[in-house]
Amino acid sequence: MVKRRIIPCLDVRDGRVVKGVRFQGLVDSGDPVERAAAYEAQGADELCILDVSATPEGRSNAAATVVAVRAILGIPLTVGGGVRTVQDAARLLEAGADKVAVNTAALARPELLAEIRASLGAQCTVLALDAGRRLDGPSRFEVITHSGKVRTGLDAIEWARRAAELGAGEILATSWDRDGTGDGYDLELLAALRAAVGVPIVASGGASHAEHMSAALHAGADAVLAASIFHRGDFTVADLKRTLLADGHSLRNNP
Amino acid sequence: MKVYLLKTGVANVASVTAAFERVGATVQLTDDPSVVQGAGAVVLPGVGSFGAGMDALDRSGLGAALIGRIERGAPTLAICLGLQLLGRASEEAPGVQGLGVLPADSIRLPRAPRLPHFGWNTVTWQSGGTQDAAPPSGEAYFAHTYCLRDAGTLEDAGWTVAKTTEGSTFVAAVERGSVLACQFHPELSGALGARTLARWLQRAVAQGASASSTGVSPW
Repeated sequence: MVKRRIIPCLDVRDGRVVKGVRFQGLVDSGDPVERAAAYEAQGADELCILDVSATPEGRSNAAATVVAVRAILGIPLTVGGGVRTVQDAARLLEAGADKVAVNTAALARPELLAEIRASLGAQCTVLALDAGRRLDGPSRFEVITHSGKVRTGLDAIEWARRAAELGAGEILATSWDRDGTGDGYDLELLAALRAAVGVPIVASGGASHAEHMSAALHAGADAVLAASIFHRGDFTVADLKRTLLADGHSLRNNP
Repeated sequence: MKVYLLKTGVANVASVTAAFERVGATVQLTDDPSVVQGAGAVVLPGVGSFGAGMDALDRSGLGAALIGRIERGAPTLAICLGLQLLGRASEEAPGVQGLGVLPADSIRLPRAPRLPHFGWNTVTWQSGGTQDAAPPSGEAYFAHTYCLRDAGTLEDAGWTVAKTTEGSTFVAAVERGSVLACQFHPELSGALGARTLARWLQRAVAQGASASSTGVSPW
């Protein structure tokens, strides 16, 4: 049976890891290639790079980062950020990505997912979904964009369902409410998505320890993504896997 | 050793290239059937879909070149969709003929709880007591929806088969001499993948050396 996955995420700007990174002593934990190599050695099942640059120069730096990481990385690599066209997606694959995550551009033009699927395959097409609890009814979720500045009103679960029909082979679901809080993944969001779509779901936003990951996997996630807890050195992937294996989860245990 | 990687559309060519470079090979992209016909080592990576993949192989003449080299046992590696293209047909593209090197058809992976089958799963080679040890068994990375299932027919045709189970048991890889076809992605399967690629490469080098000594250079 397929194993559950642990996915460290590097938020990269201008060739540097920017999220939750602490610079200590001589160890430069902000270098994406060093981080990628360390996480693979710890037993990471996959790596995610999100380009958070806002400029064209930043975008080309991000492509260079993907090339550099790919050269040393022997596990799958998902890359997201700024993908607006099939050509953008193809360029990332050429640089060394195995999957491409699409976010805002697919909201504006959902057919983009179908186009990427047709040209690159469903196994390359990931929907990055940023979902938040509705202010007027917190038991429901809406799609959030522009770093939280825009609440679209679009039902997040319905959007995930539509995206999977169009061609997304995986949903990377980030809880806007939990991201950066360390309070754990939004389990109700994951359960609602699990009930709605048949494609794999990657839980993101809020993890601070293995118990959070265990709960997300029980709620229906196929993979768990985290950034800060790895960059800060709170846990290695191997630490988390030991706990999750003891909890009975099926994981790849030989890095 | 130089490995020729088939350019049949957009695939994760960069990942395959990087993985081979890490095990000491140099990689060159090609879409020239005469190069594919004579090259010492050729890799057919996975591309988008069965229909588009076969279309590209047919139009370019690469399909015929691949059939020729596989039939004479020249070192060839097919990855993911590449494995499915070696079969006769696929549910993914009804009516489209595959290369037919493998006597099997691709179907949608039955009873899988979730599709695509994304992630790490256990690959078990049926070594069958041959004098050549099979490639390494262990956990490998998959990303696919369709698969081959006729392990028995493939074994009858002389292929050593590896199996994986996700809802039902399917063909994870087949090997015959220096021809290896993997449903999983060796280029993304960490240390196990690197060992699988290095082993295939060593066989290609050995075969090239013995071909040279008989005066027939595959280069």
